[in-house]
Amino acid sequence: MAFDEDAVRRTAYLARLALPMDEVPAVANQLEKIMALVEELCAISTEGVLPMAHPLDLEQPLRPDQVSNHDERQRLMASAPATEHGLFLVPKVIE
Amino acid sequence: MDWEVVIGLEVHAQLNTATKIFCGCPTTFGAEPNSHTCPVCLAMPGALPVLNEAAVDKAIAFGLAIGAELNRHSVFARKNYFYPDLPKGYQISQYELPVVGKGRLTVQMADGSEKVIGVTRAHLEEDAGKSLHEAFVGQTGIDLNRAGTPLLEIVSEPDMRSSAEAVAYLKKLHALVRYLEICDGNMQEGSFRCDANVSLRRPGAPFGTRAEIKNLNSFRFLEKAIEYEILRQKDILESGGSIVQETRLYDANRDETRSMRNKEEANDYRYFPDPDLLPLVLAEARIEKVRQSLPELPDAKRERFMQAYQLSAYDAGVLTAGRDLADYYERVADGVEGKLAANWVMGDLLGALNKAGVEIQDCPVSAEKLRLLVQRIEDKTISGKIAKEIFEEIFHQGGEIDAIIDSRGLRQITDVAAIAAMVDEIIAANPQQVAGFRAGKDKLLGFFVGQVMKASQGKANPDQVNALLLERLQKPE
Amino acid sequence: MDLHDFSLRQLREGLQKRDFSAQELTKSLLKRIHTLNPELNAFVTVTEAAALESAAQADARLAKGESGTLLGLPIAHKDIFCTADVPTTCGSKMLKNFVAPYSATVVERLAAEGMVMLGKLNMDEFAMGSSNETSYFGPVRNPWNTEMVPGGSSGGSAAAVAAGLVPVATGTDTGGSIRQPAALCGITGIKPTYGRVSRYGMIAFASSLDQGGAMARSAEDCALLLSAMAAHDPRDSTSHPAAASDFLRGLDRPLQGLRVGVPEEFFGEGLDPEVAAAVQAGIDQLAKQGASIQSIRLPNNPHAVSTYYVLAPAEASSNLSRFDGVRYTHRSSAAESLDDLYLQSRYEGFGAEVRRRILVGTYVLSAGYYDAYYLKAQQVRSLIREDFRRAFAEVDVIVGPTTPEPAFPLGAKNADPVAMYLADIYTIAVNLAGIPALSLPCGFTQSGLPIGMQLMGDYFADDLLLNVAHRYQQESDWHLARPNLKAGEA
Repeated sequence: MAFDEDAVRRTAYLARLALPMDEVPAVANQLEKIMALVEELCAISTEGVLPMAHPLDLEQPLRPDQVSNHDERQRLMASAPATEHGLFLVPKVIE
Repeated sequence: MDWEVVIGLEVHAQLNTATKIFCGCPTTFGAEPNSHTCPVCLAMPGALPVLNEAAVDKAIAFGLAIGAELNRHSVFARKNYFYPDLPKGYQISQYELPVVGKGRLTVQMADGSEKVIGVTRAHLEEDAGKSLHEAFVGQTGIDLNRAGTPLLEIVSEPDMRSSAEAVAYLKKLHALVRYLEICDGNMQEGSFRCDANVSLRRPGAPFGTRAEIKNLNSFRFLEKAIEYEILRQKDILESGGSIVQETRLYDANRDETRSMRNKEEANDYRYFPDPDLLPLVLAEARIEKVRQSLPELPDAKRERFMQAYQLSAYDAGVLTAGRDLADYYERVADGVEGKLAANWVMGDLLGALNKAGVEIQDCPVSAEKLRLLVQRIEDKTISGKIAKEIFEEIFHQGGEIDAIIDSRGLRQITDVAAIAAMVDEIIAANPQQVAGFRAGKDKLLGFFVGQVMKASQGKANPDQVNALLLERLQKPE
Repeated sequence: MDLHDFSLRQLREGLQKRDFSAQELTKSLLKRIHTLNPELNAFVTVTEAAALESAAQADARLAKGESGTLLGLPIAHKDIFCTADVPTTCGSKMLKNFVAPYSATVVERLAAEGMVMLGKLNMDEFAMGSSNETSYFGPVRNPWNTEMVPGGSSGGSAAAVAAGLVPVATGTDTGGSIRQPAALCGITGIKPTYGRVSRYGMIAFASSLDQGGAMARSAEDCALLLSAMAAHDPRDSTSHPAAASDFLRGLDRPLQGLRVGVPEEFFGEGLDPEVAAAVQAGIDQLAKQGASIQSIRLPNNPHAVSTYYVLAPAEASSNLSRFDGVRYTHRSSAAESLDDLYLQSRYEGFGAEVRRRILVGTYVLSAGYYDAYYLKAQQVRSLIREDFRRAFAEVDVIVGPTTPEPAFPLGAKNADPVAMYLADIYTIAVNLAGIPALSLPCGFTQSGLPIGMQLMGDYFADDLLLNVAHRYQQESDWHLARPNLKAGEA
């Protein structure tokens, strides 16, 4: 399967990266090379092999349902690019 | 030929934990914007999720209550999409392996019939924040207080065949989560939300293409949206068109559903297991502990009410529809006749609440007070008619029942001599009617009872009045 | 010998004996940083005032007779660890102005020990790179030859330690990011067993592979630092309940009877002959110290790179979605619509290599490709782990080269991302399995570049790796060699 320029544009939008048109061919070329590198996986026999999601064979720990955080809004929002009245601002979302 | 409607519901129930599902922020509603946030729910770099045990226990309780398979091993997955109220750029949910598997819910229809609706699965996930569109010109404000609130998404099988069935299922589910005390069920605040998948088909044919309707925040809207959708789809199908699989929004003001903007390419959610979380393993001991703490569930309670209080299936159904009402009734019925207590709760009490627009949990008359009132009828201290007057008064103005009875002399007269005196007086004062009665006009008995009751200001025991009147009137001169 | 050449143990003795104060030590290293960093570019932030203040506090505690193992000793953190009130950039324009309101667990723990943080260390952007050239703040230079790369992504850490700017540093390792730069800069670095070191506050690249670790000039110093870093952290669900350990305890055990496995797959095509020879000499040295050497097979190891370049970008593509221009990151000034805000901020904020990996990861997770790539790679990951399980039934330690070649010139591999990826060919399998591994110096090329030898152990055999490396360093002096830096001495 090919990582063509169309696939690059589609994927870039999914990942919300504004690739300029003139960068697309070069990026497609690099991605094609990377996919060629991983392509060899398809030839490996993995029948009956369980997928490994995680190195630890442990179970999810649980946290007691106790409030442990207090209001730190000022500190937490200090690096925000745009705020008002304690809200983060973004350009108008059109529903 | 007829169309058959096929309906499946997806319900998001906010679990009423003290803290969010993956961090220790409080979940209380209505706080200052973003004051209930921390590095984890703001998705700051390096912050990591840790699962809240109360959310797990509430999911287990739900699974047990619908007789579902509980998956001993379930997995959290990431649902990837960009939206400003989704700080991480993905929602932590469960995809391939949900915590609750197949279960079922039996619903009672108005005609007394029952129907079993399958529950496909229920899984844990986190809620998103809120976007505020109104407050700013050209800008949207983002409040992430709600982001990370635990949700249980309950997905039904496409088992419902009418809007009435869908509403009955949703009401049953609503009652259940409140019985279990896992969700406050507040539909206005969005703690209990519903999406409906609706399609039409010819009976026996395979399922048709469905539309998903969002934003159904009341039982009435669910019903109206489905009814609208049936008509819309029927129109399209009957004019030879085909249904587009899409998401539609119910607009309550216009009573219609309309298509949400098509976001085709955005629908690739790229689910994969969340590597920051390990598999959720349910130990038998945890499940048992939750099982022990389960309250009596609506179906069991209904059965018990029918047995213990000698109630009809209908009465028991009404009284057990909500846990608060059922608890209230049981406190009233404690020590008095069950049917009489049921009549009072379902009649005068619910009527008054309804009229005043008050919920049972805010009822101004305590169950103990209402029980005393019923007891005063049973022990013949007052008549039923007087009781209704007293109820009206304490419902609106408060006050103590016995004090009201005493201060106003409402106590029922049961002294035979006193009643006999009044009866004799009335008989003596109405010779014409006495003659009429004796000539066979039986209906005149009512007149005499009325007169005696009037003379006693309603306090004479009606049974005794009746008996004495008959005795005196039938006695030959 | 100057202070900047001292080991942690020597520095500690000096502090305890009041040969010098923590403030004097701090000042001397700050001076060296000011002199050498402009060329090396190892530090992106130097926290001079805060460092002097904590040094003063350490001196006060030392004066009261406190004797904490790490009290008053200098450290610097890879800029991937969040530090409250000090910028944390992760080598990216995206976080150029980000100041975390909290510290990573690792940072907190070491601060609580009384360590003096000198600053934050340069790195490949979001830890994606093997040469430290993807940093928004410019490449780090290798102290042994400043025309050469230091390796990556913990290149700033490796260069700073090698150049004596700081005795120890933290690093992180997702596919070799501690071991590869340690090898290229001639220092010792350990990537612990997955779950040893808390990931809380450590900016995620690929969550199931990332692991923080210690970088120092000797295994003993690594052991000292790691003992303070490793601990169970309830804020990290993937932190192991048995994470804590005293790694100094078994450091001196003799190597008699140690079973060493040498994987054939690590000595095939592509391995630089000088590296091969030096690593072979290192293995011979272990044999001389009593270890028995045997050849082993890790048949699926050749698939590690391809497996990694599916799984790591997949996790990264999702982990890096939070950098969206809304709450704390770079926001494009060109953004008029919400879509623009995302598209432009992310394009501008991320460098080319990060964007490439996000695209690969997004692609392999997208509809229609998940089973073919992601699921398949997870299955091969199982096979790779099985290889190690089988091997560790027969041997205690696996030994091989850390990298296929020594440090390469700046810019040499920038045109071809795949060529760069192959720099991690021997280190990646360890992360996929989650086992511990360590790189230590074992020689030099004729041109004077360091060569690293890699030790791999079974789950939770971190202490054994440190023990073997320490014993090796008792009998060799590769780790004592220092680059010839012309700058004025501190």
